[in-house]
Amino acid sequence: MKNKSLVSINDFSREDHIHILDLAGAFERRPKQRILEDYVVATLFFEPSTRTRLSFESAATRLGARVIGFSEPGSSSVQKGESLRDTIRTVSNYADIIVMRHPREGSARFASEVSRVPVINAGDGANQHPTQTLLDLYSIRKTQGTLDNLNIAFIGDLKYGRTVHSLTMALCNYNTTFHLVSPTELKLPSSVKMHIKEKQLGYHQYTELSEVIPKVDILYMTRIQKERFQDPMEYEKVKNSYILRNSMLDNSKSNLRIMHPLPRVNEITYDVDDNPKAYYFTQALNGVFVRQALLAAILGVVE
Amino acid sequence: MEKSDQMKELKVSAIENGTVIDHIPVQSVYQVLRILNLMEYNDQLLIGTNLESQKMGKKGIIKVSNKFFKSDEINKIALVAPSATLILIKNFSVSEKKKVEIPSRVEKIVKCFNPNCITNVEDVVTRFDVVNKDDLKLRCHYCEKITAKDTMTFK
Repeated sequence: MKNKSLVSINDFSREDHIHILDLAGAFERRPKQRILEDYVVATLFFEPSTRTRLSFESAATRLGARVIGFSEPGSSSVQKGESLRDTIRTVSNYADIIVMRHPREGSARFASEVSRVPVINAGDGANQHPTQTLLDLYSIRKTQGTLDNLNIAFIGDLKYGRTVHSLTMALCNYNTTFHLVSPTELKLPSSVKMHIKEKQLGYHQYTELSEVIPKVDILYMTRIQKERFQDPMEYEKVKNSYILRNSMLDNSKSNLRIMHPLPRVNEITYDVDDNPKAYYFTQALNGVFVRQALLAAILGVVE
Repeated sequence: MEKSDQMKELKVSAIENGTVIDHIPVQSVYQVLRILNLMEYNDQLLIGTNLESQKMGKKGIIKVSNKFFKSDEINKIALVAPSATLILIKNFSVSEKKKVEIPSRVEKIVKCFNPNCITNVEDVVTRFDVVNKDDLKLRCHYCEKITAKDTMTFK
């Protein structure tokens, strides 16, 4: 992986996934290693994303690296009208690796082509967020002991959720059975379903959350945003149908874990947090280990 | 039949050496010129459009003197003129005839249909992988979205 940019989950094979997850496991066992003391990591957030940025900065700092960058375009030369090309060319003189979040799709691929140093995509518009996908895979493997042959349910906004799309595509390598729970307006797009069909994997679509709970190993919850509905009445009708409450978990499998990319609003009630099956905060912690693994591997400090 | 074909060809003068692009859909003649960068060509160039064709009803034809295209270059026109035939002329006679083929990669000429793609915001040369040749589908190298026949526009 040395010197290779991480732009899209689709650039990585099953073997690459496993290699990164194994490396991340080593950082979970020993999170504080000052192996990047001589390195500068730039975090360029052309669009604010506090959680992702803090996770990367935590990962870099725990490895002893220095972090430079900006957290919103208002505090950078972007506001003066500088092109992405020029910002990246300039910053690649100052840092050994660039982590970037940008509102335009394809921006990370383009940046990786003009940069002198490797680029990690921390989200390019609605397109890709590969480190989220890798931390999701890490969390699934850690809680289930395997990535193969699992029953995984995605709940909520399956139409616009980038996280769901990337993870679905990645899971197509692992003989997953998909359980897709969403309002009709927010069903998984056919461009993503195509990948499931190509691999001839099982998938079931539901509009009710409760019936899927006893069947699955992972419940992957997402937030339904009001602004996704053309008709506000439709939102009002469905908004409470996709809320997970602790009492709904009574008949779930013992190995079930609940995941969520966060931030949550009201789609998981607080009484679920104390259930040992709630995994979303640990999932966020796993993000730090995965990002440590990626920084170290791409900078060539570990193999 | 051969004779009548020849008569039609002659509605646009013959060339001594070069390439004839025949059977171009009428609405695509100017796109073909643009894609092949022939607007700036400075040798003899003969353009015919709305010519009668037994196969197509009406067709366009372009004759380019002293030019033999590389196959990568010429195949780009398959996106707008999949019916086109290429005729290589040497010394006033046909030396080779072939159909155009859709290439596996397309650069520069097509615009990504996604308005939020970086190629539509900054000055970036577009690049696509052709993921389906029969039902034309191009995947953007940058935003990974599919531009299909009905959403395709040219730069």
